[in-house]
Amino acid sequence: MKEQELTLGEELRRQGISRRSFLKFCAAVASSMAIPASMVPAMAESLAKARRQSVIWMSYQECTGCIESLTRSYTPTLESMLFNFISLDYQHALQAAAGRQAEDALHQAMEDNWGEYLVIADGSIPLKDDGVYSTVDGHTNLESIKEVAEGAAAIIAIGTCAAYGGVGAAKPNPTGAVGVDQIITDKPILNVPGCPPMPEVMTGVLTSYLAFGRLPDVDSKKRPLAFFGDTIHDRCYRRPYYDLGLYAKSFDDEGARKGWCLYELGCKGPITYNACATTKWNQGTSWPVQSGHGCIGCSEPNFWDKDSFYKPLSAGQWGSAEGIAIAAAAGVAAGAAAAVVSRKHQDNLAGGNKS
Amino acid sequence: MTLLDFARGPAMQFAIFIFVFGIVFRLVGVWAMRHKRDLSEPRQPSAWKGGIHGLIQHAWPYKPFRDKLMTDYVIGYVIHLGLLFVIFFYKPHILFFQDIFGFGWPALPNGVITAISIITIGALVIALVKRLTDPVRRLISNFDDYFTWFVTTLPFVTGLATAGNVWWHYETGLAIHLLSVWLLLIYFPFGKLMHAFWFGVSRYTTGSRFARRGGMA
Ligand code: SF4
Ligand code: SF4
Repeated sequence: MKEQELTLGEELRRQGISRRSFLKFCAAVASSMAIPASMVPAMAESLAKARRQSVIWMSYQECTGCIESLTRSYTPTLESMLFNFISLDYQHALQAAAGRQAEDALHQAMEDNWGEYLVIADGSIPLKDDGVYSTVDGHTNLESIKEVAEGAAAIIAIGTCAAYGGVGAAKPNPTGAVGVDQIITDKPILNVPGCPPMPEVMTGVLTSYLAFGRLPDVDSKKRPLAFFGDTIHDRCYRRPYYDLGLYAKSFDDEGARKGWCLYELGCKGPITYNACATTKWNQGTSWPVQSGHGCIGCSEPNFWDKDSFYKPLSAGQWGSAEGIAIAAAAGVAAGAAAAVVSRKHQDNLAGGNKS
Repeated sequence: MTLLDFARGPAMQFAIFIFVFGIVFRLVGVWAMRHKRDLSEPRQPSAWKGGIHGLIQHAWPYKPFRDKLMTDYVIGYVIHLGLLFVIFFYKPHILFFQDIFGFGWPALPNGVITAISIITIGALVIALVKRLTDPVRRLISNFDDYFTWFVTTLPFVTGLATAGNVWWHYETGLAIHLLSVWLLLIYFPFGKLMHAFWFGVSRYTTGSRFARRGGMA
């Protein structure tokens, strides 16, 4: 039987993975995606029947951090199996082919799976000056995304750059960088923001796509609700200290070590939606706030431009304080002018009799 | 730019600009007016003592009126102390001031601040109900009174809702809270909230003028 035709279930059996561990994996994904436990058998069944999914991974203005995060964090388990099961037909950092061969592979995959392939994109796309700031094989990223999107079943924008423009779009945004959904508007798009994004989210999204044949439910920023439904702050283990008003004053003080809240040190957890606080990083080892650094809000649009990472959330964003001095001076001038008018009025009332 | 970015940045800068401008404008505008000289013979040498007396005297209801006015005074104190504690002793607020002034001070636990906020909102509602149900008070109330009540109450309500995170999105709630505070700041110099500056001046002036003429504040 051709590899292309094996179902996931057959592939798993071929690799000697038991049904029991497969069900366990499904249960874990289901719980992370907030899918009811009663649905697990059905999900496992349809997942086992899933055929190899063609995936085209396009990298635009990016730092390769996203693919690093996704590929490096997998222990050799079922998750990595799942990644092996998809047919990654194009990914220029990972694939062996290069140059013309690689581009041919891309077009072949598009042709063979027209209307059915999944596009995963990382990196922002520059729009300024017709997008000349980032090109591959003589084509701008803008041309490229439009081309691959046309035959795609759905698009997953991986990382904050592909989702919202990310660091590329940070002020002054010299290349006019934007996220994928600013360009493609007629395809189902899912954002998995994060700098880098969480691998578990990717697993969950892919698994549910393979099992149910559609992208999971999303919020207003097109993020999978199951992972981005709560803020970091809602799920933070330091939260009781926030409520008590106990805040660490520096990164290594007594309070920080006792687990006090990092709000005063600039934590952006209250306005950041991501799953770090519950899923954690590196196979659940730890996460930024646990290791003592506040959340910098890496999964939110424009997080680079929200002033210093170390400024408390409640502090304002000042352009400059000069405005206040100008306001005071203008106040004196306007006050004096008003007084002149009032004095005239007073004089009139007093009938010219200045007292 | 998100609503929160707008609230934390340009909206805040604009509100503080108007606040500072307005207050300086009002203070200078009044103090630079011609002040009527009192031509009467001073009945006692140190009228300023009467001024100080006036300040203290009016901080508590005058005995004959106590029965009638006590509740109003107590409600007034609850509202004002509530404002003081919530504005200046809630940690996130202190961090806001610390960013401006460069120094901070100890905070009250968030639970205490929540309790104070609820009590203050209660007192504000009672004050409004009394204003609306008392025919005389209703007669002498104008738009300024009601709008002042509104811009004072709004930050409490939005702040409490934000701290309790009852909004759909926390960041939108926070932005609405900030915007409600900026509304308060913008209105402050031009309406009755300016009493924060005038009450001391007017009580002192009344007290010292009466004293000069041999009366009592
Ligand atoms: S450390 Fe950050 S996320 Fe955690 S409770 Fe404090 S402010 Fe919230
Ligand atoms: S804790 Fe915040 S900044 Fe850190 S990875 Fe998670 S969302 Fe990004």
